[in-house]
Amino acid sequence: MAHVWRMIAQRLALGFLTLFVVSLLIFGATELLPGDFAEAILGQSATPETIAAIRRDLGLDQPFHTRYVSWLGGVLQGDFGNSLANGQPVIELITKRLGNTLFLALYAAAMAVPLSLALGILAALFRNSIFDRMSNALALTSISFPEFFVAYILILWFAQSGMFPSIVRLSEGISFGETLYRCFLPALTLTLVVTAHMMRMTRAAIINLLASPYIEMARLKGMSPIRVILRHALPNALAPIINVVALNLAYLITGVVVVEVVFVYPGLGQLMVDSVSRRDIPVVQAVALIFASAYVLLNLTADVLSTLSNPRLMHRR
Amino acid sequence: MTNSINRSAGLSRRSVLRGATALGAAALILPAGMRAASAEPKKGGILRIGMGHGSTSDSLDPGSWDNAYSQVFATSRHNYLTEIDADGALQPEIAESWEASADAATWTFKIRQGVTFHSGKALDAEDVIASINYHRGEDSKSAAKPIVDGITDIKSEGSHTVVVTLDAGNADFPFIMSDYHIAMLPAKDGAIDPTTTDGCGPYVVDHFEAGVEAKMTRNPNYWKSDRAHFDGIELLPIVDGAARQNALISGQVDVIDRVDLNTVHLLKRAPNINVLSVTGSQHYVFPMDSRAAPFSDNNVRMAMKHAIDREELVEKILNGYGSVGNDHPISTANRFHAGDAIEQRTYDADKAKWYLKQAGMDSIDLELSVSDAAFGGAVDAGVLMSEKSAAAGINLKVTREPSDGYWSNVWMKKPFVASYWGGRPTEDWMFSTAYKSGVNWNESFWENARFDELLAAARSELDNDKRREMYVEMQGLVRDEGSTVIPMFASYVMAHTNAVATPEKVAPNWTMDGFRIAERWWFA
Amino acid sequence: MSTLISILWFAVAVVGAMALGWLFRALVVAVLPQRRAHEMRKAPLTASFGILVILVYVLVAVFAPVIAPFGESEVVGGEFLPWDSTYLLGTDNLGRDMLTRMIYGARNTVGIAFIITALAFFVGTVLGLLAAVVGGWLDQGLSRSVDVLMAIPSLIFSLLLLTIFGTSVLSLVLVIATVDATRVFRLARSVAQGIVVMDYIEAARLRGEGKWRLITREILPNAMAPLVAEFGLRFCFVFLAISGLSFLGLGIQPPTADWGGMVRDNATLITFGDLTPFLPAGAIALLTVAVNFVVDWQLHKSSGLKE
Repeated sequence: MAHVWRMIAQRLALGFLTLFVVSLLIFGATELLPGDFAEAILGQSATPETIAAIRRDLGLDQPFHTRYVSWLGGVLQGDFGNSLANGQPVIELITKRLGNTLFLALYAAAMAVPLSLALGILAALFRNSIFDRMSNALALTSISFPEFFVAYILILWFAQSGMFPSIVRLSEGISFGETLYRCFLPALTLTLVVTAHMMRMTRAAIINLLASPYIEMARLKGMSPIRVILRHALPNALAPIINVVALNLAYLITGVVVVEVVFVYPGLGQLMVDSVSRRDIPVVQAVALIFASAYVLLNLTADVLSTLSNPRLMHRR
Repeated sequence: MTNSINRSAGLSRRSVLRGATALGAAALILPAGMRAASAEPKKGGILRIGMGHGSTSDSLDPGSWDNAYSQVFATSRHNYLTEIDADGALQPEIAESWEASADAATWTFKIRQGVTFHSGKALDAEDVIASINYHRGEDSKSAAKPIVDGITDIKSEGSHTVVVTLDAGNADFPFIMSDYHIAMLPAKDGAIDPTTTDGCGPYVVDHFEAGVEAKMTRNPNYWKSDRAHFDGIELLPIVDGAARQNALISGQVDVIDRVDLNTVHLLKRAPNINVLSVTGSQHYVFPMDSRAAPFSDNNVRMAMKHAIDREELVEKILNGYGSVGNDHPISTANRFHAGDAIEQRTYDADKAKWYLKQAGMDSIDLELSVSDAAFGGAVDAGVLMSEKSAAAGINLKVTREPSDGYWSNVWMKKPFVASYWGGRPTEDWMFSTAYKSGVNWNESFWENARFDELLAAARSELDNDKRREMYVEMQGLVRDEGSTVIPMFASYVMAHTNAVATPEKVAPNWTMDGFRIAERWWFA
Repeated sequence: MSTLISILWFAVAVVGAMALGWLFRALVVAVLPQRRAHEMRKAPLTASFGILVILVYVLVAVFAPVIAPFGESEVVGGEFLPWDSTYLLGTDNLGRDMLTRMIYGARNTVGIAFIITALAFFVGTVLGLLAAVVGGWLDQGLSRSVDVLMAIPSLIFSLLLLTIFGTSVLSLVLVIATVDATRVFRLARSVAQGIVVMDYIEAARLRGEGKWRLITREILPNAMAPLVAEFGLRFCFVFLAISGLSFLGLGIQPPTADWGGMVRDNATLITFGDLTPFLPAGAIALLTVAVNFVVDWQLHKSSGLKE
C-alpha cells in the first residue's frame, strides 16, 4: 500500500504542475487568438479610442508576462479576480455553474456506467449472438450521431408532447425529484453519447481474456459462463475499463457544451465558450483550471484503481 | 421645422389614444375609431421571451449592449429621451418636447415632470446629462461613443431642461437620442452607476443572471398608463435555433425571435403558432476594400455588383423573408428612400463581363471571406454568389473564417468580406456611420468628395424636399460608385403563440417590435 | 400500430442486410483463391456485411465524380425540392442535389477521417508502447505532456488551435489527430503496462531482446485487441469532431461537401419529423456499424476463442 500512497502523493504534486502548465498554455493561447477583450466586446462597434480606453481601464495594455504574473499571484492567494465582461468576482460566477455541471455529469454517469457495464458483460457473455450484434449496432448508431442531433431526436419524441421540458430551467427551491425530472433529457442525451464507448471497451476487454489458460481452466472445472466472467475475467479486465470510464466521466464534466447549449443548461461549458469568444481571460483561466483538476483527479483515481486491481502492478519491481 | 422634430406636448398626450402604436402622423389621418375597434390591450400574465442571443458575459453596462438580448432587456427596464414608433416617426419619451436653433446645432430638450426611477428617485435634468455623458469623452469605453462625439457641450437650464450644443448642425439629432445605448439612468454626484438595474422604464428587475434568465415585474409607478400590459417578463437566452423553436412549440416560452429560416415553413404548420415578419432597415452587405487593387477600379466593383443574383439570395438565404437590395443602404422604411427614382439592379452576367473588360480583364480571381458571425447564412450566400458569378468570368473563392474573432480579425482587414447593418432610423445616421470618408466604420474605405459634400449639406438642411433630393443623389452615388455590394434587406422574423397579441403594426426598426415588446404587446 | 410497422421495417432491414452479407460472402468465397476463401467462409454474416459496406463506401469515394449526377457545388434547382426521378434525394437548402452532395461527402469525409485516425493511431500507439516499455523519465515526460493536453477539453483545444492556425484541411487534420493521439496514447500505455509486467515479457527482456523488437513482437500483438476496438470508435469520433467544429464555424471549407457539416446544416429539420438530416447521419452510422462489425470479427479471431 505504501507504494500506492507514494504514487498518489507524487501524482498530486505532478497534478499541480499540470495545472500550472495548463494555465500558462491557455493564457498564452488566448493571447495568440486574434483580438483581445476590448475588441471582442465592442465587435463591429469598435473604434481605436474606445478600445484604448478599455485596455487602459482593465490593464490590458500591460505586457503579457506582467498580466500573467499578477493573475498567478492572485490565484495563489485564492483570488481569481473579476470577470472582465461584467465585473463580477469569478468565484461567484463559477460556483453555481460548477454545481450544475457536476450534477448533470453525475446524473448521466449514474445511468450510463451501470448500463454500459451490464450491456458490455452481457454482450461478452452472449458474444456473437443476435443480442450482441443488435445491442452493438444500436449503441454504435447512437454514438455516431452528433450530440445535438441525438438531443433533437429526444426533443422530438419526449418534449414536443410535453412529457419532459425541452429547456432546463433550474429555479430556486425546486425539489430534488423535480430537478431530476427537468434535467432528464440532457442526462439521457449524454447517456446515449457515452454508453457505446464504455460498453464496447468492457466487451472487448473481457473477450480478450476469455482465451487465457486460467479462464480455460475455470471453464473446464465446470463453472457457469456468467460466473467465469464475473469472478475471473472481469477483475483482470478492470484496468482498461476503469480507464475508459474515467475518460468518459471527464468528458461528462468538461465536454458537454453542445448539450448545454441545446437544453439551455447553465453549466461551465457554456461559460467557457462564451468567455473564450469574449477573451474574458480570468473566467477562461478559472474554468480551464476546474476542467484540468477534474481531469487530473479522475485520471489519478483511475490509475490508483487500476493499480489496486492488478497485483503485479502493486508489487512492481 | 419638420413635423417629426418639432412636436408639441399636446400631440403626444397618449392617454387620449388607444393602442400602442397609433401615435405617428398616420394616426392623425386615420379615423380614430378604426384603431379603437381593434383588440383592446388587456393587463396581466407573465410573458416568457426566448431570445436568439444572450451570453454569460452580458453585462448591465449601457456601453456594452451589443446583442438583442441586452437590448430588449435594457428597453424593458429603461426609458430613453425619444422613441421611434412603429411607423418610423420620432415620439417623445423622457423628453416631452424639443426645439432646435436655426442652424440645428443647439438643441433644447424639455424633460418630462413626475417621472421616477424604480428606486423612487425623481428624474431630472441631472440624470439625463449624466446618462449621455457616460458615453462621451476621452475615457469613454462605450460602443456609442462615436454617435455622441458631435456633442460639444451639454448643460441644464433649471431642473427639467437640457441644452445640447453640437459641433455642426444636425437636423436628426433627436433621433440619435433614441439609440438603445443611451438609456436614462439615475445619476449620483453627476455620474451614473453602469452596474445598476435601476431605471425609469416599464419593468423592475427582480433577478438577472447573465446567460440564464432575467425576471421582471411591472413598474407600478410607470408614467405611461397605456403601456406595459404584462404583470411580468421572463427573458431567456436560447441561442440554439432548434431549441428555441421547440421551447415555443412545447409551450415553455410565448415568443421567440430569430426564427430559423430553413424551417420556418414547417413551424408555420404547428397549431397555435403565428409567424411574424417585419421588413425593415436590417441589411446584409459585402464591402470591398476600395483602397487597393482590384477594388480600387470602379469597373471591377460594378462587375461584381452585376454578377449577383439578388432574387435567388432572398429566396434561398432568407427563404423569402426579405427584399432585394439596390447597393445602397437606405430601406423602404426610411423617409427619403429613392424608390422608383433609381432603377433596381438585377443579375446580368453580360454587363458584368462588359465592366470587367473595361477594367482590362477577361476574368478575375477574387477571395470572399465570410462567416456566419457576419449574418446567419453568410457562408451559404457566398457559395451561391460564387456559383452565379462564374458565368461572368469572376472566380469567387469563398473562405469560411472562424466566427470567433471575425469582427476584429477579418472585417475591415480582408479585402472582400461579409457584414451586416441593423440599419439606422435616418439616412444621415446610416451614411455618416458607414459611408462618409474616413469614419471608423467605413468598411469599404470608400471616399467620394461629392458624397461628403451632400452629406454635410443635407444634415443641417431643414427643408424636406431639398433633403430628399440630396439623399436620393447620395443613394445613387453609393449604388453606382460605392464599394459595397448590398444584395438584400432581411426581415425580422419572430414567432409567438396565439395567446400573445401584438399591435396592428409592429415596428420594423429592430427585432421584437423595436426592442419594445415588453411594453407594447399583451396577452389576448 | 405505427410502432409495429417500424419494428417490421427494422426487421426487414436487418434481414435484408444479412442477406446482402450472405450473398457477398458467397461471392467472395467463389472468387478468392482457396486459402483465403477458407478464412472468409468462417466470417460471420455481420462481418461480411461490414466488409461489403466499407467496400461500397470506398468505391463511391474513389469514383465520386463519375457516379455523381451533378457537380459538387452546382446549384441545380430550387431549395428543398422533394425526392423525385431527377433529384433522387431532393435538394438541400441552396438547391444543390442531395445525392451528389452525399457522394462527394463520402469522398471528403471518409478520406479525411481515415487519414486523421491512422495518423492518431500511429503516433499514439508508438509513443504509448514506448512509454510503457522504457518507463522512467520518458514515461513521466510523455504522460505528463499528454495529461496537460488532455486536461484541456478537446473542443476548446481545437477551437484555440484552429483559430490561431487557420482552418485549412491540413491544420484540421493535424489538430484533430493530436487530440485523438493523446487518447490513444493513454490507452496504449495502460494496456501495455499490464503486459509489460507479464512473465513472458520478463523472459524476453532476459533473452536480451531490443526495445523495438520487444514492442513490435511481444507487446503489440497482445495489446492489439483493445486498440483495434478503440480504432473502430475513434474513426467515428472524427466525424463527430468535424461536425462539432462546423458548429463553431471551423469545419471543412465550403462548398466542399462533408457529412458532419451536412448533419449540422439540416439538423433543425429533424425536430419537425423531416428525415433529411438522417441521410448524412445515417451514412456515418452505417459506416461506423460496418467498421465495428469487422473489428468485432477480428477481435474474435485474435482472442483465439473457438466458438
